[in-house]
Amino acid sequence: MQKIGVFICWCGSNIAATVDVKKVAEAALREPGVVFSADYQYMCSESGQRLMKDTIKEKGLTGVVVCSCSPRMHEATFRKAAESCGLNPYMVEIANIREHCSWIHKDIEEATEKAVILMRAAVAKVNLNQSLTAGKSDVVKRALVIGGGIAGIQTALDIAEAGYEVDIVEKKPTIGGKMAELDKTFPTLDCSACILTPKMVDAAAHEKIKIYAYSEVEKVSGFVGNFTATIRKKARYVNENLCTGCGLCTEKCPSRKAPNEFNEGLNTRSAIYIPFAQAVPKLAVIDPAACIHFKTGKCGLCEKTCDAKAIDYNQKDELIERRYGAIVVATGFNVIKLDNFEEYGYAANPDVITSLELERLMNAAGPTGGTLLRPSDKTHPKKIVFVQCVGSRGQRPCDKPYCSKICCMYTAKHSMLIREKYPDTEVYVFYIDVRTPGKNFEEFYRRAVEQYGVHYIKGQVGKVAENEGKLRVYGSDLLLNEQVVIDADLVVLAAAIEPDESAKKIATMLTTSIDTNNFLTEAHPKLRPVESATAGIFLSGVCQGPKDIPETVAQASAAAVKVVGLLAKDQITCNPCVARSDELLCNGCSACEKVCPYGAISYMDKEVNDHGKREVRRLAYVNEAVCQGCGACTVACPSGAMDLKGFTNKQIMAEVDAICR
Amino acid sequence: MQKVAEIAQKRAIQLLNQGAVNRVLGWKKGEFPYDETPAVFASADELKDFVYDSFSSPNLSKYLIEESRKEGKVLAFLKPCDTYSFNQLIKEHRVNRENVYIIGIECGGMIDVVTLKNRGAVGLTGADDDGENITAHTLYGDVKVRKEEVLLEKCQACKGKKHVIYDELIIVNPQDEKPRDRFAGVEAIEAMTPQERFDFWRAQLSKCIRCNACRNICPACSCLQCVFDNPKSGVASKASPDTFEEQLYHIIRAFHVAGRCTDCGECSRVCPQDIPLHLLNRKFIKDMSAFYGEYKAGEDSETRPPLVDFSKDDVEPCIISDKGGDR
Amino acid sequence: MSVENKEFKPTIVAFCCNWCSYAGADLAGSGRMQYPADVKIIRVPCSCRVNPMFILRAFQRGADGVILCGCHPGDCHYSTGNYYTRRRMTMLFDFLDYLGIERGRTRVEWVSAAEGARFASVMNDFVKKVRDLGPNRKITDLRCKPVEKEGE
Repeated sequence: MQKIGVFICWCGSNIAATVDVKKVAEAALREPGVVFSADYQYMCSESGQRLMKDTIKEKGLTGVVVCSCSPRMHEATFRKAAESCGLNPYMVEIANIREHCSWIHKDIEEATEKAVILMRAAVAKVNLNQSLTAGKSDVVKRALVIGGGIAGIQTALDIAEAGYEVDIVEKKPTIGGKMAELDKTFPTLDCSACILTPKMVDAAAHEKIKIYAYSEVEKVSGFVGNFTATIRKKARYVNENLCTGCGLCTEKCPSRKAPNEFNEGLNTRSAIYIPFAQAVPKLAVIDPAACIHFKTGKCGLCEKTCDAKAIDYNQKDELIERRYGAIVVATGFNVIKLDNFEEYGYAANPDVITSLELERLMNAAGPTGGTLLRPSDKTHPKKIVFVQCVGSRGQRPCDKPYCSKICCMYTAKHSMLIREKYPDTEVYVFYIDVRTPGKNFEEFYRRAVEQYGVHYIKGQVGKVAENEGKLRVYGSDLLLNEQVVIDADLVVLAAAIEPDESAKKIATMLTTSIDTNNFLTEAHPKLRPVESATAGIFLSGVCQGPKDIPETVAQASAAAVKVVGLLAKDQITCNPCVARSDELLCNGCSACEKVCPYGAISYMDKEVNDHGKREVRRLAYVNEAVCQGCGACTVACPSGAMDLKGFTNKQIMAEVDAICR
Repeated sequence: MQKVAEIAQKRAIQLLNQGAVNRVLGWKKGEFPYDETPAVFASADELKDFVYDSFSSPNLSKYLIEESRKEGKVLAFLKPCDTYSFNQLIKEHRVNRENVYIIGIECGGMIDVVTLKNRGAVGLTGADDDGENITAHTLYGDVKVRKEEVLLEKCQACKGKKHVIYDELIIVNPQDEKPRDRFAGVEAIEAMTPQERFDFWRAQLSKCIRCNACRNICPACSCLQCVFDNPKSGVASKASPDTFEEQLYHIIRAFHVAGRCTDCGECSRVCPQDIPLHLLNRKFIKDMSAFYGEYKAGEDSETRPPLVDFSKDDVEPCIISDKGGDR
Repeated sequence: MSVENKEFKPTIVAFCCNWCSYAGADLAGSGRMQYPADVKIIRVPCSCRVNPMFILRAFQRGADGVILCGCHPGDCHYSTGNYYTRRRMTMLFDFLDYLGIERGRTRVEWVSAAEGARFASVMNDFVKKVRDLGPNRKITDLRCKPVEKEGE
């Protein structure tokens, strides 16, 4: 028989205001195995923990139930406390009477009654608990960063600087991501390339960093400290060891009609191309969809041009398997597709553009060499209308419910830059709210309004229609309560941003969760913002939620610290709540092996002594270092041989019985 | 039928004498002239008792779990439906295929003694089967009935006349495949109102005396120790007159064999209370095929059973309530 | 029936997976989103840990409803656990329906760690449905009783 102590936490008034903690303590004493119960204001406080530890020692407790907040909050705290005074940590169970009881119920009697039942279920479980010992597993001292934008680059640089190997896998032919496409950055108006490209070069040059550009992570298996990733290195059709990045081939290539991704499709590029001048790695890549050689078997001009003999039309995708201790997701974002926003006429009018396209039109390396020209007739726009919140903060199916966070600031930046460079251009901004919560952000926005005379109109745009070579913008001014019609030369849409489409696939691959908007979910919204709920998987940048550059960089470094903290350990403690097969009950049927997602179950022939009967049987064997403790096998097993430590059949049924009593 | 038995007996003796097999698993007469019983024959002399007739309904597959683990090779006679059970046991690594020599034996359907008796064959002493008709010999004279009318339920719903695994075949009279509707009984219950279903099963399951015959005969219920016998499982139980135990037992048993049950029909055949247990198992078989694609347990020895497999676009459990009803 | 139901407080067992639904329930709690105290949550590592035996046991011991919550398909912390749950529970629930037991007493819902509000609304809805069904008599009545002539 266990000697169980039950501790009921008031959590200040969080629990005690709705649950009669004294009553729960009294009821606890009537439960089998309970030899002690007490209520205390803050069990998690040092004195609360001391009370628990002292009682364990004095009463010789063999089990503890803490009725408090969620086990996801303090289970580890109380287990550690128990361990410090010699009680096996897995003899401690938590009854969640805060999140699952006091916080959601108002009636004291009802909440108290429920708290008693939850306590009773936890006591019933502890009565069947057994001491568990966690195993150890080695940590592979290398990290994988998925995505080579500013987030991925910063994370990789910080990890490498701490002395650990790190691989960046980037699906595009170059790292740099969206930041490489930007012209200037707010609120300082630094040149984006000037601050990004040195980091790209640093990453490429760092001896601890390996960049797999034009590659994708195809499969990930394993667990914290010991992941194995399969990386598909896509065929560039250019030998990367030979290519010097001279670019001669791109000049000679006769196929020049492919849309230039780097310029958001505003101009075209050759079939063999280098994404942009500062690309890292600076290597040519053939787009087989555009290449004449791939389409007809003829041409071959690039091959003839290349002195380095780097062109290799027969190159194949390469699969690389690497082991990692930690994985950082930094998959970034895209601007949403505007097909469903017919009111703005984006698809119909070339002069209705997105803000990202405007970045390219204003960039010296862009399609117009940095001169702002309308895409349709290459003239200077004299009147420009910016429309905010296109697809953000909306309720329609095509809208995103969230705020994209960066649009207010980049629009202020755009309007300011335009007014600076072309003082004769009038700039209007239609906005719902202007949100500027960042260091020097409000000041920046005020400058746009006060110093640069940008016309901010609070209101939305209902329609943009072509009208005699101009774009007639129908909007409303909510402050003056009147309709506004502006004949503009250029309309710039601040389109919402959304997670890159790869995020969902990668989340599934890494068995980490995503929210309804496909942003990856952090382990705790406040206290663990860069960790995912899956151990060993970390989040960096916009894949977790909309962010500007300084925030992204800060989060990227935070993720790196978490990775370094993990890689600094030689071994990590495994979860002891793993499956175990009872030799005498195992039929050897393989059902458990089939449902195990980790391949943790194998079979061996072993001699058993079944009540004096000796025979060789085929038996399931669980590799405890590999098992993650999901329990799928326990249900597949018809004989009940397979059970899950810490969540045994009998424990769960005891909880069921206690609740239904 | 008589001829098939003679050929089988001769062949068994031959294989024993050649030393190709060490034992033979077949049937012999039981206490009554119509309760053919599984038996192991170790010599030509013992094989004199070998019988194979229209009462040889017991499925011998389950016995091979033990027999195939013994020294030497065992010859087993398996009817078409029995071969499914055997394949399923191979899939679950329960039998040692190398130690078994299988002779697939033709089957024209087995007779349900209870039905036969109800058709007037009281005081049964034996029967002749010409394929079409059964001539039952009784203490009071012969009774002739159409065979189709006295078949066991499992034979009325015959899965087919094809052996899915064998080393050799004994087929004298090739049998026609007759289209059989295995799921008519399940559909009839599905068509009832929930209250009618409840009343039906309550009446049926209340008859259970928990003799465990259904479990003990079942080739899928071959656990070394059944959860219901294991005090450590937390659900071990014996017959008790006024609790939910028996129903729990039948539901769990049906669930445990779901995806593994080959629908051999032995459970219903041996139930002393005539509970139509096959209607429980067949419901699972029907559902699995409907939701996850046609699946016949034991058709081969490799395919993953539906419950240890999945597809990303499987139906949601709410499909049950979406079908309408009282939710 | 309706008069009786106003007083009727069902016993409802909710199995929640540790990674999504239990966290979703925690989020409902920290958001102070109310749902009836009739719901008692049992934490399991994954929805696939829930043996049909546990569900039947709950009914056997007097539960009026059992709900099973897990991560959305595709988001399982253990990658595939909830896919097995989905098959197992589809089979079990259809089977219980086949035995004539009310469908409304069993349910599977996918609730993510971010869906606190959804957790509360799912529970509110489930409790309401179970309250409407009234006490779980059928499953306990489906027991060995002296056989009356019914159904034969």
